[in-house]
Parts: sequence; structure tokens; C-alpha cells
Amino acid sequence: MNGFIKSTKEINQIVIIETDGYLNNEGGIAISTICYEKIDMGQTKFLINMAGTKVVNSIGVSILIEIIEKLQEVDGKIGYYNLAPIVSKTFNIMGLTKYSTVFETEDEAVNGL
Amino acid sequence: MKKLVPVVELKLPILPNMELIATQTAEVIANHMDLSEEQSGEISMALIEACINAFEHSKTENNVFIHFLIEEDSLIVKVIDQGIGFDKTKVEIPKIENKIGKNERKRGWGLQLIQALMDSVEFESNGEGTTVTMKKNIKN
Repeated sequence: MNGFIKSTKEINQIVIIETDGYLNNEGGIAISTICYEKIDMGQTKFLINMAGTKVVNSIGVSILIEIIEKLQEVDGKIGYYNLAPIVSKTFNIMGLTKYSTVFETEDEAVNGL
Repeated sequence: MKKLVPVVELKLPILPNMELIATQTAEVIANHMDLSEEQSGEISMALIEACINAFEHSKTENNVFIHFLIEEDSLIVKVIDQGIGFDKTKVEIPKIENKIGKNERKRGWGLQLIQALMDSVEFESNGEGTTVTMKKNIKN
């Protein structure tokens, strides 16, 4: 587990990845590496707990777009929760919220994905 | 007598994640100016994108300079590189619909984010460098 990925767990067949720190290119790749491994193993639902990520850049977020695209091939879904307001706003501006879902809490995310 | 505008200046080498030094400085200045958390976050995000553009696209190893001009009713942030410049009219406005499911590069969001997050943005660019001037008005 690298420093950016704080933990991974599974609830109700949903893979939950908890991040910590700056979502830049390396952070994005760390998330996508886990997602692609899990997709290869048959998982199709993913949540990112971004409580520890207060800063992002568009390069890191672009990698989330790549994950969304990959998940479309397997009829999968991705969502996010515990977002800082500026992270949520960035996701809106870039259009991620058209293809994935932002939730407030883990309970809401697990039940709503 | 005209009041002097306080200016904070940074010189950043082009090294990984140096944009975070700029955002830390921006946060201190935003606190000093009593800006809201929302405004502070918007300035930091726009600054990250402007720095990354300067680092990646200036095609030079020269430093990037950042000037924060603390005005009474606004904060002006200038990001100055000494690179090869760019033609803003040739930068396409990205849309996620055009990127997903197509063999399109997923990146290229910097200018759109900067323009969406700041109150005004100006670009001056020629073969000797680019200056991005971003303004955030203080909300009363």
C-alpha cells in the first residue's frame, strides 16, 4: 500500500478505497491500479473515501475519468464520499458527476451506489 | 499619496508538486484577507492548474514566478513563466462527453477550471513567456 492509499476494504461487494493526501498523477495511478486489478477479478462497484484528500489537480482527476470509462465496459459504477467542497466543485466543473456519483457519507454511498 | 499594494512574490523551480508551495502561500494570504474557505479553495485550485500549465507547457527549465497582489477589494495572482508561450485560441474547451468512450486524451482541463473558479482571468503570451493574471474579488 503506498502512502496515498490509506486503506482498502469491501462492503456488500463494493470496493472502498480510502485516500490520504494530494490527488495528483501519482495518486490517480495508485487508485486506478487497485481498480483495474479488482475489475480483472470481477469487481464492478467502487467507492473512494476522500476524507483525507483536500487538494486535487486535474491530472489526477483525469485518471478517475479513465476509470469511469473502464467501468462502462463492465457495466460498473464508481462513487465518492467525504469530499472537500473544492474537490466536489472541481468534479462538477469537469463533469464527473454526469457519469459517477458524489455522496455525503459512507452509509449513503454504500446504500446508494 | 497612492497607497502601495502589498505584493508577495514566489520563485518556484520546476520540480514535482512545487505548486503546493504556492497554495500554502495562497492560504496564508486568504486568511490575512479574511476570504471565505470557499474562495480560498477556489484560488488554490486555480493556482495549482496555472502552475501545472506553466511547469508542463512552457517547455523550459526556467523558474516560474508567482506574484500575489493584495488589493483592498480583490486578490490578484499572476503566474509567470519564461517558456515558449501558447495560443489560447487553439486550446479546445474540454467536455467530458467528448472524452469518455472515445479514444481521446482525458487531460486538458486546466484553463477551464481556472476560468470557472476565478472572477476574471487574462492571458498574455508570446515567444518569451506567458503571464496568467487571475483575480478573485472579495465578497462582503
